[in-house]
Amino acid sequence: MAAATSRRRKVGKIRWSNLYSFACLRPSTSEERPAGREVLGQPGFSRVVFCNETHLHKKKPYKYPYNNISTTKYNVLTFLPRALFEQFRRVANFYFLLAAVFSLFSLAPFSRASLIAPLVFVVGISMLKEAVEDWHRFLQDLDVNNRTVKTHRSNGVFEDKSWKELRVGDVVKVNKDEYFPSDLLLLSSSYEDGVCYVETMNLDGETNLKIKRCLEACLCLNEDKEFSRFKAIVRCEDPNPNLYTFVGNLEFKKESHPLSPSQLLLRDSKLRNTDYIYGVVIFSGHDTKAVRNSTRSPSKRSRIERKMDHIIYILFSMLVLVSLVSSIGSSMFMKHDMVDWWYLRLPDDSNSEEDDDRFFNPSKPVKSAVLQFIRALILYGYLIPISLYVSIEVVKVLQTMLINKDIELYDEVTCKSVQARTSNLNEELGQVEMILSDKTGTLTCNQMEFRKCSIAGISYGGDITEVDLAASMRMNADFEPFEFSMEETERATRSFELYEFSVSGFSAQNGNARLSKTEEPVIKGFNFRDDRLMNKNWIHGTNLSDITMFFRVMALCHTGIPIEDDNHKTGKLSYEAESPEEVSFLIASQEFGFQFFRRTQSLMVLKEFDPSSMREVEREYKLQNLLEFSSSRKRMSVIVSNEDGQIFLLCKGADSIIFDRLDDNGRTYEQATALHLSSYAEDGFRTLAFAYREIEAGEYERWNTIFTQAKATIGPEREELLEQASEMIEKDLILLGVVAVEDKLQKGVPECIDKLAQAGLKIWLLTGDKRETAINIGFACSLLRQDMMQFHLSLSREAESNNEVKAMEEEILQQIRSSYKLLSEEGNNEAPYGLIIDGKALEIALRGDIKDEFLQLAVNCASVICCRVSPKQKALITRLVKQYTGRTTLAIGDGANDVGMIQEADIGVGISGMEGMQAVMASDFSLPQFRFLERLLIVHGHWCYQRISKMVLYFVYKNVAFGLTLFYYELYTSFSGEVLYDDWYMTMFNVMLTSLPVIALGVLEQDVSSDICLQFPALYQQGPRNVHFSWSRIVGWLLNGMVTSLVIFLANIYILSPTALQQNGFVADIGSLGAITYTCIIWTVNCQIALFTSHFTWIQHLSIWGSIILWYIFLLAYGALPPNLSGNAFQVLIEVIGPTPLYWTITMLVVIVSLLPYFVHIVIQRSFYPMDDHIIQEMEKCLKKDDVRDNQMWLREQRNSQMSTHVGFSARVEAKVVSFSQQMQQKKVSIYRSVTNSPIYRSITRTPFS
Amino acid sequence: MTDTNRERRRTRETAFYLFTQQSLPACKPVLTPGWVITIFLCMGLIFIPVGLVTLRASHSVVEIVDRYDIECVPEPFRIDKISYIQDDSIPKNCSRFMKVHKYMKAPIYIYYQLDNYYQNHRRYVKSRSDKQLLHGRKYHDTSSCQPVELNDGQPIVPCGLIAWSLFNDSFTFIRERAELKVNRKNIAWKSDRDHKFGKSVRPFNFQNGTLIGGGKLNPKIPLSDQEDLIVWMRTSALPSFRKLYGRIEEDLDADDVIVVNLINNYNTYSFGGKKKLVLSTSNWLGGKNDFLGHACVVIGSSSLILAIVFTLLHLKYRRPYGDTSYLPWNRKSLSG
Repeated sequence: MAAATSRRRKVGKIRWSNLYSFACLRPSTSEERPAGREVLGQPGFSRVVFCNETHLHKKKPYKYPYNNISTTKYNVLTFLPRALFEQFRRVANFYFLLAAVFSLFSLAPFSRASLIAPLVFVVGISMLKEAVEDWHRFLQDLDVNNRTVKTHRSNGVFEDKSWKELRVGDVVKVNKDEYFPSDLLLLSSSYEDGVCYVETMNLDGETNLKIKRCLEACLCLNEDKEFSRFKAIVRCEDPNPNLYTFVGNLEFKKESHPLSPSQLLLRDSKLRNTDYIYGVVIFSGHDTKAVRNSTRSPSKRSRIERKMDHIIYILFSMLVLVSLVSSIGSSMFMKHDMVDWWYLRLPDDSNSEEDDDRFFNPSKPVKSAVLQFIRALILYGYLIPISLYVSIEVVKVLQTMLINKDIELYDEVTCKSVQARTSNLNEELGQVEMILSDKTGTLTCNQMEFRKCSIAGISYGGDITEVDLAASMRMNADFEPFEFSMEETERATRSFELYEFSVSGFSAQNGNARLSKTEEPVIKGFNFRDDRLMNKNWIHGTNLSDITMFFRVMALCHTGIPIEDDNHKTGKLSYEAESPEEVSFLIASQEFGFQFFRRTQSLMVLKEFDPSSMREVEREYKLQNLLEFSSSRKRMSVIVSNEDGQIFLLCKGADSIIFDRLDDNGRTYEQATALHLSSYAEDGFRTLAFAYREIEAGEYERWNTIFTQAKATIGPEREELLEQASEMIEKDLILLGVVAVEDKLQKGVPECIDKLAQAGLKIWLLTGDKRETAINIGFACSLLRQDMMQFHLSLSREAESNNEVKAMEEEILQQIRSSYKLLSEEGNNEAPYGLIIDGKALEIALRGDIKDEFLQLAVNCASVICCRVSPKQKALITRLVKQYTGRTTLAIGDGANDVGMIQEADIGVGISGMEGMQAVMASDFSLPQFRFLERLLIVHGHWCYQRISKMVLYFVYKNVAFGLTLFYYELYTSFSGEVLYDDWYMTMFNVMLTSLPVIALGVLEQDVSSDICLQFPALYQQGPRNVHFSWSRIVGWLLNGMVTSLVIFLANIYILSPTALQQNGFVADIGSLGAITYTCIIWTVNCQIALFTSHFTWIQHLSIWGSIILWYIFLLAYGALPPNLSGNAFQVLIEVIGPTPLYWTITMLVVIVSLLPYFVHIVIQRSFYPMDDHIIQEMEKCLKKDDVRDNQMWLREQRNSQMSTHVGFSARVEAKVVSFSQQMQQKKVSIYRSVTNSPIYRSITRTPFS
Repeated sequence: MTDTNRERRRTRETAFYLFTQQSLPACKPVLTPGWVITIFLCMGLIFIPVGLVTLRASHSVVEIVDRYDIECVPEPFRIDKISYIQDDSIPKNCSRFMKVHKYMKAPIYIYYQLDNYYQNHRRYVKSRSDKQLLHGRKYHDTSSCQPVELNDGQPIVPCGLIAWSLFNDSFTFIRERAELKVNRKNIAWKSDRDHKFGKSVRPFNFQNGTLIGGGKLNPKIPLSDQEDLIVWMRTSALPSFRKLYGRIEEDLDADDVIVVNLINNYNTYSFGGKKKLVLSTSNWLGGKNDFLGHACVVIGSSSLILAIVFTLLHLKYRRPYGDTSYLPWNRKSLSG
């Protein structure tokens, strides 16, 4: 604590706002008077907040909500009605509800219990699931609501108070790196001038810090005790979702001060670089702008589920059809035949009063027919798989559990694992075709690392890019016959060096071109290894003065400040600066021996290592001017004078800008540096060039007057004047070198992208960052590569400034058309294309008339990068891609700015590793790291897709096979509605006798193991191509079910009727015939699933064979009940069918015959039209003897399966290999030529012939 | 340290861990041509013998069927059979001759067969009261017996359409002037007699109404001994059915002629139903039924044919096991 305060004092001495400005960050509105001040008190602007007097907010009209938030769908009271309503919105459930209602009025052919019990079970399970999911949401809310914040109690005492208890008017103290508990009015901060820095990543996804500034009047409130008597009244606008406006005023000490958005600290943003702030709660809980901005996540349904609805409709129409046939048949029979059946004693005119059998009343045929129709609808209800929904729910919950429990998806760093937050999209994971990814926090960790540098024309930090390394390794494997060495004279032989290098490295790798991940750097932000520079070895370098200058630029040209860390024993400091890049430079220069350790208003002090004296010396540099960075200038400079009075301009900036401003004498290293630059850029590093210039005192004085004048100017021309002044001095520079920093990718991101690309997924990068950064990351993730044709869509400057929609549209359309022409002209798929578009252009391109053309172009490009896009555009582009292509999209992001996109996409994935929960809360799946997406999609998605589709198909089969036997039997009972089976057999059918195997199938089925899924990502394509759930398959299974039902029914009635059943001469009655037929059904459907399953664990065996055994047990138990309960089934197994040899023979025959069509089908498919998973299964089987993984064929196929992609690391390596081998070929030719053209050679060759 | 590691390792490998990691040991059968041929051959080799055995069994059953509903109406009444059968004043006696064409070993089962008789009609099936059959008049709630529930305000025992329409033709058999003894006991399932029909329940108020359906019952005998009724009450599943009438416990020789004296009471004429008398022996497989045998033989032989066809196809269009050229990416490169 003491350390913290002392540090604060130290920092507090500097007036940041004077030291340097955040001109580019400062909200432009801060200067303007809030326009709506007059409207205060009007409707919409009526809020009054009594600061520090929360008791005034306890009664109306100033009673505002507490600060707790709730994202749950239900509460205790609404749960039952709402959840029930949700359940009965499903057609099938509603149908069963009606059936149950009818059963109460004796309309149903079954007993009441047998209709109501399964419905209660099904709905109960689904509601239980809803309740559990909502409970989890509740717990999450509880977690947020129970966070604590220091709140003013009384007399200047601040105590911890939980977020949910916070009321409007409370004064809170928020410490560094804490989230604001609600929307606060900034009163004061730890800095004397009352500024504070805020990270709003969760709100808008922007990574740079925003500066907020308190009112001058409140500056005095900078101690706890000041608040004991603090009182003020805030009048402001009502709660609204607008993040960037705020109108209000503060009445403090009898004066009224206008308030602007720069005094408002929003919930879900975070205090950075500031020790603490004081603020007063203005909007709480659901009134906060962040919560008002969040939309309730839409409930998503998977593609399979939507298709399943269609299947249900088909089954429904089948149901209606057979019911119609039954009811019409029944009335026909009644009219023509049944009246003669005296044994029925049908009601006629004479006795119709006493006998009210409404179903069979020949005098009222229409009424009877209608009633029969209703009864038939219920009777054939077995065509509709009632348990399908509930089984799917159960299966999905179990699948979700397995995903959550997967140890491979567990991140040991954050101790989090993948969470499937909703369970109804599991199978959708297997059908994804497009991934829309956020950059910061998702692909990168928002952390810069110093990686390489090129000083005075020499590159340090390793030459070889990972791509080169992998490519040469592949070459080694592929081109062994070409082993020959070359002299290392020419520059083009670089590849051969690499090639030789790779020989030594090869044994360490197992031949598979995988990235060799360097171990984590010890120092955060510094991942540099080169003995020539490390450990002060640079003093032995040749261009010592340039190297020293280079390090000085690095240590002086920045806006950072040093912070004493806890580990000050080592003498190392840590730094805080405007951007993480600068921090990494400061850390690097400290490592090289140029420690920046103190800063005052005008002084920068370095601890330099002096090569001549070999000692550390302290040098002071007087900071004369600071020419700040802006996005248009793309450079920043400092002008410093050293102790000797020499004045230097130290400049860093984008390479193109710096190279333009070099002096003719300063271009010594230009060529070499440019070469290094391009190689750094290819690796996706962000590069900055360093240059300097010595200024004579006279020149400086002259310039300084101009600059000071410009600075003093007030008005719009100020910026322009400043720029002109800077322009005058930033010239004739001397190039020192370039640095490469890596926007550090999260662990495993390139590999993951590689795998996903091989699986045929397209990855679009949507980022709010500027274009250069986006392209850098594109390279780093291998989404872009050097030989890729890049289309840039952007607006020209003049079009942008004119702001004419028509012209802009025209311009973009032009660009799209020309790009598309190029793309289709080339025609061949070999050439990859990348599309880079920025937010402004995107906004135009997504307008109605040109959106189709744009999307067509985008879809045809191998990779698409959208930069500078707003959260809204992210959501819009997601929706349009989804609609236009009709493909399944997955959006992944980590911040609140991705929420729209996450909600819009078919599957939303949130990264939970970082702080901030917005994205996770809106997502369907949350991952701790991006890399887990690979396994989630390629393994779990593939499996779940297959499982669910197999499951649905089997359900269709099973219910058609069973339901139709009921209909066939009607034909033999004159459509009277009699049922062959006992009620309880039928109830048991879906609930117990056939449910477990299909659940086991849905949870445990695997076509191939997870390793193989990952090794052959091409297998994933089964999902997007929807091979397992195509209409032909569905119809096939429908037909299969019909055949099965026909076989079962006909075989039974022809064999069992009318002759004796047993040796004792007894014949089969309705009860025994029903039991026998039913046995055949149970056997058949369970054996069918055994044929369908390709992965048997003991669970599958137990469930399949157990179900069959369970049927016998059930029959035995049911038959043992007293006859008034068991009816026709009384002792049916023991007495009637058990001792009958015919029974067992029939079972065997019927099972085999009804499975025969399917068996023949799979035999033909397997043998002559195999699918890819079949072949891989076979390969695995036949290679089992020796180790599969090392087998040549296995590896070859693995590689073959990866060919068809343009993006990803492997693809880049592939391209590199091609270009290397071309180079090698050229080399060979040129050697050959040079040899053959040489006179010696000629003379040698000539001699034998001549 | 190492102990705890080992411990952890052991727990990791428990079944639950394997389950959650979806790596339970599993058998993954792959359908190879060898398996296919074996399976087809096995099916053939099982079904053909089974079919032959069942066919043989079926052929060893001797069955004599005699349709008598038309012949038993005297010539003059054949124009209006319905009024004949409904007229109680006309005697319904009738004699039929049945020739035994093959030796029949006792017991010989006597069945009556009704065709086009919908005992499985829903209205009919439901029209009974199991509780009344077991508990008698003590049980009052007999609403399911509609429309044969009450007569003159008194309950009917046994109630319902099924009992009311009891079959009431009767048969006596004479061989060479000696009456063949017909055993009419034990023709119903034992469980029915013991548990479904009350031992102390006697028919009451049965067939006393204006409309008389079928047979009458002796009110002195308890229901559990009224085996005709018990057999009749086991409703048949299909509209054409046989029911056991009794057993002849003497062997019949080939060329024996049996005179059947029957009383043709039961009305099937109004709905065009047929009545048949069936004498049949039985064996382990039950009665005479060739369908099962034929089906088995057909399935068996078609499996054999499939095995052969598949073998030929396999020889001609052989796909090497695990042939990688069939993988989609390889196929693509071949075609494109």
